[in-house]
Amino acid sequence: MSIRVENVSKRFGKFQALEPLSLEIPDGQLVGLLGPSGSGKTTLLRIIAGLESADTGRILFHGDDVTRVHVRDRRVGFVFQHYALFRHMTVAENIAFGLEVMPKVQRPNAKEIKKRVHDLLEMVQLGQLANRYPAQLSGGQKQRVALARALAMQPQVLLLDEPFGALDAKVRKDLRRWLRNLHDELHFTSVFVTHDQEEALELSDQVVVMSAGKIEQVDTPQTLYAQPDSRFVLGFLGHINVLQGDVNQGRLSQGDAWITLNGHPNAKAVECYFRPHEVKLQTQPSPTAHLPLKVSAVSLIGAEVRVELEADGWSSPEPWEVGISHAEYNAWQPMRGDRCYAVPEVGHLFSSDKTEPELIQWSQAQQSPVVGARSSVVSLFASA
Amino acid sequence: MRTSAHLRIGDQPWVKWSLITLALSLVTLLLLVPLFAIFAQAFSGGLESYIANVTDRFTLHAIGLTLFVAALTVPINLVFGVFLAWLVTRFEFPGRKLLITLIDIPFAVSPVVAGLLYLLLYGSNGWIGSRLMDHDIQLMFSWPGILMVTVFVTCPFVARELIPLMQQQGKEEEEAGVTLGASGWQLFRRITLPNIQWALIYGVVLTNARAVGEFGAVSVVSGNIRGETNTLPLHVELLYQDYNVVGAFASSSLLAGIALLTLFVKSFVEWRQARQRHALNEEEI
Repeated sequence: MSIRVENVSKRFGKFQALEPLSLEIPDGQLVGLLGPSGSGKTTLLRIIAGLESADTGRILFHGDDVTRVHVRDRRVGFVFQHYALFRHMTVAENIAFGLEVMPKVQRPNAKEIKKRVHDLLEMVQLGQLANRYPAQLSGGQKQRVALARALAMQPQVLLLDEPFGALDAKVRKDLRRWLRNLHDELHFTSVFVTHDQEEALELSDQVVVMSAGKIEQVDTPQTLYAQPDSRFVLGFLGHINVLQGDVNQGRLSQGDAWITLNGHPNAKAVECYFRPHEVKLQTQPSPTAHLPLKVSAVSLIGAEVRVELEADGWSSPEPWEVGISHAEYNAWQPMRGDRCYAVPEVGHLFSSDKTEPELIQWSQAQQSPVVGARSSVVSLFASA
Repeated sequence: MRTSAHLRIGDQPWVKWSLITLALSLVTLLLLVPLFAIFAQAFSGGLESYIANVTDRFTLHAIGLTLFVAALTVPINLVFGVFLAWLVTRFEFPGRKLLITLIDIPFAVSPVVAGLLYLLLYGSNGWIGSRLMDHDIQLMFSWPGILMVTVFVTCPFVARELIPLMQQQGKEEEEAGVTLGASGWQLFRRITLPNIQWALIYGVVLTNARAVGEFGAVSVVSGNIRGETNTLPLHVELLYQDYNVVGAFASSSLLAGIALLTLFVKSFVEWRQARQRHALNEEEI
């Protein structure tokens, strides 16, 4: 069932939780609402569910206006961040609840309910826990019960509010994969809220990035990562390294640092953003970039070595972070206080008057043009 | 280093024993002796005289009236308290905080003052009472007046028990219920009520105890008509003023008995609540 949000806005007292916004969610997609806390993502989800009413605008399910339809009758599955299991009921009773409160004419008979509950418990792999109480379950088990309870009504729309927010990293990863499989199997339309960019990018068909009650960008994870539309999106999807300065005669410079920007008009207060993997570290500056840095920390854990650097002879609002391979690390063996130069391959340039970035590539990167860089991102997600 | 340095504050035996002695003697002097005295006095004329006093026509009427008022007060405040607690914990509206504070007014105001206010408002010369008189409705100096002030004095008990609990439990379970298609009544019956039932019983026990024992507010509005508007606490005073000490204490012993029963039920409910909580905690570990 497709979901359409038209011009929906919401205000809580003096706080504008949602600016008027519109969104189209096609049938059968798994869509992530991503944003920092207070960005309005949970409010939007609750308005879609009917748990909150919008001040303006309409919600349409499959083309039908459901704005005035009560939550009870919207027939959406809703999964809460803190599970919201009925604490005085067993797991089986929790799952059966939705079926048991149905009006008599629609309600399946006791035998049918029992069978449905049994099947759902098998599906969430909790068959042996049917008679436990919620307090006796682990976080991951509780969340699976909550999912089974929501799915008992066979909803065509499943809404999840930070479904993995309260779980530890390992369980979270397992559940994520499991939810993706479940979604692919059962073909409902799902919307989930998260503040975890990795989770949103890994799980969703489309990611809706929100900030301060507005939608910043709606795109597939691949496009979103390769072509972020705004400073906010770029900054929210992982660490970024920044060079702020003025452009003068084709050169963006600040203190000892500069990069060449051929043909760029003179301008003040220009920012260039570099992602950690779009920058190389060298012992010598290149003809196109002079970014002296000093190593301040090295983190070895993970697929690549993360080097934290301080600006040397210029200033950066935040320390720089550059990822290098373990092989590079072994060859170079950087220590705290070592000096080096950053040589960017790709930069995202924000002029003061524009919100959209301009993609810059430098000559030595021309052997591996931007298209190539993008396809490497794509393959990264395909393997995930 | 001296060994006494190893003792925690208050661990010195003399502190411990003098506190225990002080507490025990106060409890004995102020609570146990008077309680014992009530029963001793009540039975001072022998069992027969006790029974005669308790089965006296006016005493029986006072017992009846007291139980009647309590039997009406408890359900009224049960419903009122649940509604109020639901309102302030499940909805956001301007004045919500003020309402939570206002719930406590009956606790803060002296019952005598409450009784006087009702008398001024609803008495035959009162603001509302004079209009009701035109329709031949008399509230003061009859049982409806007693009921009104008793309801007023006891109305915070249920709400006060429920509000913190319902605040702590949050509304997520109810929201989950409603997304699963439950109606308002189904939500209350199947989700809210099971979660609050012990706090509710506790509130009811306290309401009942106070409703039975209320003196100040009732004495202002009842008019003390023997055999008509005399509740048990008022009856005790009347008997005592009549120099019928044995009779006064016999009636007192009934009130004390109700109090003891209340305490027993209250402890039982507390024990159940603690056990429930303990069981849940244990399971969580």
